[in-house]
Amino acid sequence: MTSIDALAARLRAAIGSSRVLTDRQELRTYECDGLAHYKVIPALVALPATAAQVAAVVRECAAAGVPFVARGSGTGLSGGALPHAEGVLIVTSQLREILDVRPDDERAVVQPGVINLQVTKAATPHGYYYAPDPSSQQICSIGGNVAENSGGAHCLKYGFTTNHVTGVEVVTPDGESVRLGGLAPDVPGYDLLGTFVGSEGTLGVATEVTVKLTRLPEAVRTLLAGFASTDQAGAATSAIIAAGVVPAAIEMMDALAIEAAEAAVRCGYPAGAGAVLIVELDGPAAEVDAQFDEVSALCVEHGAFETRIAADDTERALIWRGRKSAFAAVGRISPDYIVQDGVIPRTALPEVLRRIGEVAAEHGVRVANVFHAGDGNLHPLVLFDDAVPGQAERAETVSGAILELCIEHGGSITGEHGVGVDKATFMPRMFSDADLDTMQLLRCAFDPDGIANPGKVFPTPRLCGERPGRRQGTHPRHTPDVAEIF
Amino acid sequence: MPALDELTTPAGAGDTVGGVPARLVAAPRDTAEAAALITAARGLSVVIRGGGTKLDWGVPPRELDLIIDTRRLTGVVEHAAGDLITVVRAGTPMAELHELPDQQLALDAPPAATAGGTVAANASGPRRLRYGTARDLLIGITVVRPDGTVTRAGGKVVKNVAGYDLGKLYTGAFGTLGLITECVFRLHPVPAAALFVRATAPPGHAARILGGQFAASACEVNAAPGAEPELAVLLEGTATGVRQRAAAVAAVLGGEVSDTRPEWWDVLPWPAGGVGIKLTGTLSQVPALVATAVGAGATVRGSAGAGVLYAGFPPGGACPDACVEAGRAVELLRAAAVRAGGHAVVLTAPAGVRETLDMWGPVPGLALMRRVKDQFDPGHRFAPGRFVGGI
Ligand SMILES: Cc1cc2nc3c(=O)[nH]c(=O)nc-3n(C[C@H](O)[C@H](O)[C@H](O)COP(=O)(O)OP(=O)(O)OC[C@H]3O[C@@H](n4cnc5c(N)ncnc54)[C@H](O)[C@@H]3O)c2cc1C
Ligand SMILES: Cc1cc2nc3c(=O)[nH]c(=O)nc-3n(C[C@H](O)[C@H](O)[C@H](O)COP(=O)(O)OP(=O)(O)OC[C@H]3O[C@@H](n4cnc5c(N)ncnc54)[C@H](O)[C@@H]3O)c2cc1C
Repeated sequence: MTSIDALAARLRAAIGSSRVLTDRQELRTYECDGLAHYKVIPALVALPATAAQVAAVVRECAAAGVPFVARGSGTGLSGGALPHAEGVLIVTSQLREILDVRPDDERAVVQPGVINLQVTKAATPHGYYYAPDPSSQQICSIGGNVAENSGGAHCLKYGFTTNHVTGVEVVTPDGESVRLGGLAPDVPGYDLLGTFVGSEGTLGVATEVTVKLTRLPEAVRTLLAGFASTDQAGAATSAIIAAGVVPAAIEMMDALAIEAAEAAVRCGYPAGAGAVLIVELDGPAAEVDAQFDEVSALCVEHGAFETRIAADDTERALIWRGRKSAFAAVGRISPDYIVQDGVIPRTALPEVLRRIGEVAAEHGVRVANVFHAGDGNLHPLVLFDDAVPGQAERAETVSGAILELCIEHGGSITGEHGVGVDKATFMPRMFSDADLDTMQLLRCAFDPDGIANPGKVFPTPRLCGERPGRRQGTHPRHTPDVAEIF
Repeated sequence: MPALDELTTPAGAGDTVGGVPARLVAAPRDTAEAAALITAARGLSVVIRGGGTKLDWGVPPRELDLIIDTRRLTGVVEHAAGDLITVVRAGTPMAELHELPDQQLALDAPPAATAGGTVAANASGPRRLRYGTARDLLIGITVVRPDGTVTRAGGKVVKNVAGYDLGKLYTGAFGTLGLITECVFRLHPVPAAALFVRATAPPGHAARILGGQFAASACEVNAAPGAEPELAVLLEGTATGVRQRAAAVAAVLGGEVSDTRPEWWDVLPWPAGGVGIKLTGTLSQVPALVATAVGAGATVRGSAGAGVLYAGFPPGGACPDACVEAGRAVELLRAAAVRAGGHAVVLTAPAGVRETLDMWGPVPGLALMRRVKDQFDPGHRFAPGRFVGGI
């Protein structure tokens, strides 16, 4: 019996046979997440139904020295939930209960597999909602959101997952359950909750999450403005921020992204626009009205040739439809594409967009830009046709060059999709060895044996116990594993 | 590499932390010099001193060789107004950051407090309801680790999920994981208008404000034995909007609108030599927490909107009576905070009394925290014994 067979037997005894998958066909369902060009079939899939079962699975993994990877809905776009070929994939989809909605405390307590949008649906009857709204909110899980520190169109004003989670129950890689944070703010001690959020499954598995609920605003107003160029739309964005207005969202799409959206959902954006801005304001009605007039005027002042104001929810949904469908829509105008995710200081927008255009032209590929302009989070879609020899490689080159541009301008290699396997090799461009070593100190405190989602986020993990800065020769743990084959 | 005696001077009479005298003091001018100092100071126990406004918070250090003073590590390195961020050296007084043109670092901290100390203490004032705390506004950080390594985390953009968010780890760590030398903060525009509404009302009425459509920036309670409890609400925004909302809040609470803050606003409710306690709990339990604390003889202030309160007791005379009384009060408030889903932390207490109290109380996840400390500061030299669980 191989060690995996032995582990499977122990897991079946611990959580029940039906919750442990070993059939190759069944395992194949889980071979990738939203980043489908990385594929690894896990040795085992566990489908625990309770937090205690998650802990039992992790304990068995720890005892056997077998790596594990947590998976929520598998919508991640950086390969964070890519399985380990010799490891266990722990899928949280059975942990889908909303445990408690407490409008008076402005909190909800949920299991990790709960879908993001379900939290808002449970809170809305009480006049509240859950503010972080990734575009994948209809399918992605809260556990995955916590692990990725997900954002959405509205984080410009409301912040990211990390600003809306006050507690997690975590199974650490030794199989212990620990509560970090809780219902109340400012739990004494190190802010381990804050470090767990965004750790991409490398510090343990979240088995329960306490989130903040936000009061539904009195008024929401949405505007669509058409500009001749992205430069003009960028200048309008800066002017809005400079005027001291903090909109709930400012989203931008360029001509190619608009073309794709039109082809897919006929959203009827202003004809001939080189760029559109979607600006949404929310808050007290009187305030929103006053600022809305100001925003409209600023858009016109910076060259908007057409502005449209949503008169009701239906019109508002129509304005958002083009934006929300943009990623998928690109499939209509290009057989293949890469979704990039990088961040730049907002003021560098015109310069960076110009450079992206130049780099794309140099390599003979097209780039569609659709992004969160308010916080400088770019999502360039690099279009290519895999059937044309060499195009995929050229698209990769352009995609990488875009990240270099972000770093050069003082930005980040990821604003919301995470590092995962996809960008681990870019980490050393953004951070020094000392910076990465320091992150490893935290990792070693949680996971001394390195069994939680190994091969993700960090290009070269170090052995715990080894003092930082004294690394020499080949890293003993750095034998090529599956993650590096791709 | 400069030697320790070139970088330090002998400590003076005032160079004590929680009553423990230091041997040496150093005030590095930049990150590089701080790194050289910390490398040269291997083996010494260290406490960091910012503005000194909160140096008496926490447990006195178990031992103390060297105070690292950040008074020369000052200055705004960068203020990118268009990006609403600023990069500042850790010793920069908050007063300087309160004066950025048209923009603000939205943390309530006394002018003498430093940026680094504000992050290290993660204290918060009334406006946390709207803007969050240092934890939420810090987007990048430079730290010299106890082994002298200079390390950065985060960056200069607000949206960034590359690597672990170590800024959060250093925030509120009270200098136990290294010396913060530089911070990058997210800024906010200064609102066009601001008004206060002040009312005599029980803390429970805060729920009417939070559940309404007033978008308050702060909602503070002030209560003391033998006095009518008060609520004060801060509204910020456009001139017309603020006027309308303030009038509406005043109508709900039966209060007065004013453009000046109450005299107790953002003032911690304990006199020098008193006992100061931070209480947290769920929002619905704030009234019960206030009632328990006032019943025990405390003056209570804080954010009814965030569930963070400060309770203060006046100096209580000599031990053992004062010790017994303080011990009883802490026990009572801790039990109430736990019932409310939160915690009670003794921030400060007079020497003599302090030693008899469990300052931090029980802390979940302590084993994990010890492992973090062991990794970052294996010699346990930075602020030894000051933090939770004797860390
Ligand atoms: C069409 C589309 C649009 C998207 N839009 C956005 C967007 O606007 N903003 C945004 O931020 N992201 C977006 N994403 C990316 C993705 O939806 C988010 O990263 C999401 O948070 C992933 O959640 P998930 O449940 O699918 O996680 P998975 O993909 O299953 O896992 C993601 C990571 O989280 C870890 N993980 C999952 N569950 C747990 C747990 N319980 N404990 C510990 N670690 C765990 C995994 O190990 C992995 O590293 C989009 C994706 C798609 C496909
Ligand atoms: C009357 C009063 C009212 C207050 N009101 C508020 C308020 O409304 N809002 C608010 O946010 N705060 C408030 N505070 C708290 C105070 O602002 C913070 O505790 C203060 O910011 C700490 O800054 P400091 O420079 O004085 O630090 P110090 O008191 O010198 O140090 C505080 C702690 O931080 C550590 N430390 C200092 N600098 C560094 C560094 N560079 N690297 C690592 N560790 C370091 C020290 O070792 C110590 O443990 C108030 C304080 C007082 C006295």
